[in-house]
Amino acid sequence: MKHWLLPHPILTPTLAIIWVLLVNSLSPGAIILGLLLGWAIPLFTLRFWPDQVRLRKPLTLLRFILVVLYDILVANLAVAWLILRGPRHIEPAFVVVPLSLTTDIGISFLANTISLTPGTVSSWLSPDRRSLVVQGISVQDPDDLVKTIKRRYEAPLLEVFEPC
Amino acid sequence: MLEAALSILIVVGAIFTLIGSLGLARMPDFYSRLHGPTKATTLGVGSLLIASMIYFSTQDDGISFHEILVTLFLFITAPVSAHLLSKAALHLRVKSLVAPPREVEEADAGECK
Repeated sequence: MKHWLLPHPILTPTLAIIWVLLVNSLSPGAIILGLLLGWAIPLFTLRFWPDQVRLRKPLTLLRFILVVLYDILVANLAVAWLILRGPRHIEPAFVVVPLSLTTDIGISFLANTISLTPGTVSSWLSPDRRSLVVQGISVQDPDDLVKTIKRRYEAPLLEVFEPC
Repeated sequence: MLEAALSILIVVGAIFTLIGSLGLARMPDFYSRLHGPTKATTLGVGSLLIASMIYFSTQDDGISFHEILVTLFLFITAPVSAHLLSKAALHLRVKSLVAPPREVEEADAGECK
């Protein structure tokens, strides 16, 4: 159900926080103006966001973000090491990840996460949105990579973004 | 002490950014080249931003939060541009070390008809 005054309850505080960060001050004026903008912008861009984003388990999302940050750190070191060792040691491969996620935001989150983490870039989403093609720079075992992506990243996103 | 920590952060950031650019130059095919700039740079820019945050929080009065925003925008835009480049390359059939999966070719053939 959509409320006409507050169509996107999550977008409002997010925009307010971004505004406060932009202004770089925590004065009451900045916070009030941020909240005002956070209220007005979703209202005026309503047609651009037809679906309301629902977060079912915010704590799972938080844990997911921490896991991803840790993986980004490890990925950076791994890719840096690969680059320094030289192009002879890479084992590039394309893998197809079958998707269980159906919502736009869920798929975007997963694709972005894959691009940010260990030597993988999401390259292509099939037109029926059932599979995501991922390019990996050093893939020893393609099946294992698919399993890792599904277990480590997709499972928590399913819990957070999918409607019951 | 603080200066030493800041220097280390800046040097580490610079090294990772350099390695990222090096990857762009050294890797053999288009898809492998994508990895250097999208990954090694997140840590590079990340440590530079942490250094900037600490520096401006201790130098001026008040805390500096701008850098969180830079990180946020970087984390949203870097994967999107990598995805678009990669997708465009698949569509144009850029030379790759390994063959792209069959599904891509089939869908592309269908689109062109």
